Amino acid sequence: MSVEIKMPALSPTMEEGTLAKWLVKEGDTVAAGDIMAEIETDKATMEFEAVDEGVLAKIVVPEGTDGVKVGTVIAMIAEEGEDAGDVEAPAADTPDKKEKAGESDAKPAKPTTEKDEAPTKPARLESDVKPPEPEVPEGTEFVKITLREALRDAMAEEMRTDERVFVMGEEVAEYQGAYKVTQGLLDEFGPKRVIDTPITEYGFAGVGTGAAMGGLKPIVEFMTFNFAMQAIDHIVNSAAKTNYMSGGQMRCPIVFRGPNGAASRVGAQHSQNYGPWYASVPGLIVIAPYDAADAKGLMKAAIRCEDPVVFLENELLYGRSFDVPKLDDFVLPIGKARTMREGKDVTIVSYSIGVGLALEAAETLAGEGIDAEVIDLRTLRPLDKQAVLDSLKKTNRVVIAEEGWPTCSIASEISAICMEEGFDYLDAPVTRVTNEDVPLPYAANLEKFALIDSDRIVKAAKKVCYKD
Amino acid sequence: MAKAASSRSTKSESGSKTGKSEPLIPNRERPDEPGRYKASKDELVQFYRQMLLIRRFEEKAGQLYGLGLIGGFCHLYIGQEAVAVGIQSGLDGDRDSVITGYRDHGHMLAYGLDPKVIMAELTGRDAGISKGKGGSMHMFSTEKKFYGGHGIVGAQVPLGTGLAFGHKYNEDGGVCVAYFGDGASNQGQVYEAFNMAELWKLPIIFVIENNQYAMGTSVNRSAAEDQLFRRGESFRIPGIQVDGMDVLAARGATETALEWVRSGKGPIILEMKTYRYRGHSMSDPAKYRSREEVQSVRDKSDPIEHVKRELADAGVAEDEMKAIEKEIRKIVNEAADYAETAPEPEPEELYTDVLVGKY
Repeated sequence: MSVEIKMPALSPTMEEGTLAKWLVKEGDTVAAGDIMAEIETDKATMEFEAVDEGVLAKIVVPEGTDGVKVGTVIAMIAEEGEDAGDVEAPAADTPDKKEKAGESDAKPAKPTTEKDEAPTKPARLESDVKPPEPEVPEGTEFVKITLREALRDAMAEEMRTDERVFVMGEEVAEYQGAYKVTQGLLDEFGPKRVIDTPITEYGFAGVGTGAAMGGLKPIVEFMTFNFAMQAIDHIVNSAAKTNYMSGGQMRCPIVFRGPNGAASRVGAQHSQNYGPWYASVPGLIVIAPYDAADAKGLMKAAIRCEDPVVFLENELLYGRSFDVPKLDDFVLPIGKARTMREGKDVTIVSYSIGVGLALEAAETLAGEGIDAEVIDLRTLRPLDKQAVLDSLKKTNRVVIAEEGWPTCSIASEISAICMEEGFDYLDAPVTRVTNEDVPLPYAANLEKFALIDSDRIVKAAKKVCYKD
Repeated sequence: MAKAASSRSTKSESGSKTGKSEPLIPNRERPDEPGRYKASKDELVQFYRQMLLIRRFEEKAGQLYGLGLIGGFCHLYIGQEAVAVGIQSGLDGDRDSVITGYRDHGHMLAYGLDPKVIMAELTGRDAGISKGKGGSMHMFSTEKKFYGGHGIVGAQVPLGTGLAFGHKYNEDGGVCVAYFGDGASNQGQVYEAFNMAELWKLPIIFVIENNQYAMGTSVNRSAAEDQLFRRGESFRIPGIQVDGMDVLAARGATETALEWVRSGKGPIILEMKTYRYRGHSMSDPAKYRSREEVQSVRDKSDPIEHVKRELADAGVAEDEMKAIEKEIRKIVNEAADYAETAPEPEPEELYTDVLVGKY
């Protein structure tokens, strides 16, 4: 059986090339690895090695030929026991001819199936199917605790019920947490499950991700998300994509958590909102709660989740107290927004610390006769766009309040959704209220100018109501 | 080229006490000098079979790439077969885990995965091990504790350290083997992982597959300390340099490394001196080294020729080896036929496996 030697593709984009030089001649014996020819591509001259052993029976394409299409038979090799003289070259104009009978029409270079058209997106994505919000039973006692305590309680409760859950990060154990979120966990769970790491974000984000791939459920604390920029490769490339790249075989149930966004007077490198960064990545869940109840219920959901979660907290909220239902197992659904205040005149959409400012603004607006609805997104990915659109249909006006930069923001995303899917209901342009588009300055007055506040939300809301 | 196996400890004992290149570090326990593994005839045949399967499979993959059936990047393992086969043969498949970079097909074959599903992944078919969504660089088998298949140079080192963390956390007695190249050994995250691995005494073998070239840059042009087995010294991780062209040396070093790690002494580094015959990926014109250099390695140090000589010494007849060769060719051809004719993924697969849960 003679072997056809075909013009090889020597780069991902090569379609044709020049057969520059034959380094073997007819009648030569070739072994695997011998250089047979030099081929010029658009990028480089490459050597072409023999793979099969045998005698070069025929050179079909002579050297110096330009524009030889990939897949064209360029030579024939006679295998052991075959007479080289008997080998016949195939017809020259059949570059894609296959040896197998009945498949002569197949084009190996571009395998096609009958379903070559673009797939239709499922009418309802998996992420659109929402479980109902668990009801807090009537008569449930509420306790006032800080957001910091709510997060700690959530982690402790999950660690009690699932041995696979552990916490790692800088100063999480003996120091009791740089922001005291992990306070008391070392005492209860010991150093095996509450682990101080060196200052090595890229490294421990990778270690946590690997542990999750191996079946554990790590909670990786970043002292702040600013430092996670060193680790973002593992969050995006290792954690978020693995399930997809493995065809659903390899899970990565991990929670990356820590404070996000501007704190107070800590300067440009320590003051940034990464919500839009992570929310742009398929394969991640991104949660950014505002109050303590949501922080607790969503942290428990995040830890139980089989997908990688980025859990964005806010340093300025850690010490604030909120009512949290006193239930043994309070878990909230991921991907569901919450209406914080009902209104009919304008919708203010926000998340994280912006929700507090939006509620403040709504209070001021109420005094001026404008009835604002406040939506807390809570989860940034998957985004509960239905909640936003439902509210838009009711108020016909949307303002998005975001503690973060305006460009490519969550606010931009919400605007696009309102435009694309709620255009007919809009009575005014969707308006973004965000931080100024500058690195955060240190000077107290400049920092104040740069950050979003409730006055700016009020102003925007009045404008879209044409009452400014 | 690849030196005979030599351990850091022997070198310090015999080396100069003043030389910068041979610092003597007293009072530090070192693993024993590994010996070549004494393989039975059956084991030798098995090594030969596996290495030949990798060689022929990769050659076929190169051919299919040339025909446009495999796209994108495709990094062949030809020349390095003794490393994966020697090391894998020493592991306990029930508890030990493995992770590597993007040059992963050879490793998967050494792990006994079906050549058909690997080849079908290369051609982007639904029957591929990652349903055609991963490609050459992204293959996984959690069943075989093979954790990929990672495309970012060096990322597998902290990830592997995380797998080792899991072995220790679960007290399952397993060891993680994290393979990476001479190129990756210059990445910062590798040292972050070294630090934590030793600090926490994690059961991990860091295997540096030193094939001498990081894409087109030779070790000498990229590494201030080009004796890569010493790269763990400042973390107190011992290293052993091994002839990675000799499957028995690879296996022998694995025995030593496993003994060290399983006894709770923490991580160890094996620097496998090896060589890749082909380009870094398929689109590499390989102008950074001479044809004579490659040919010389093929002629003098080929790992498969090496094991064939061992087989001959063990009394395995030429005919028997030829029969194996024929059998391997058949397996590879069947894998290629399967991978060429298996259907592509259904278009709907585009949207599956993004997330596990429903939200």
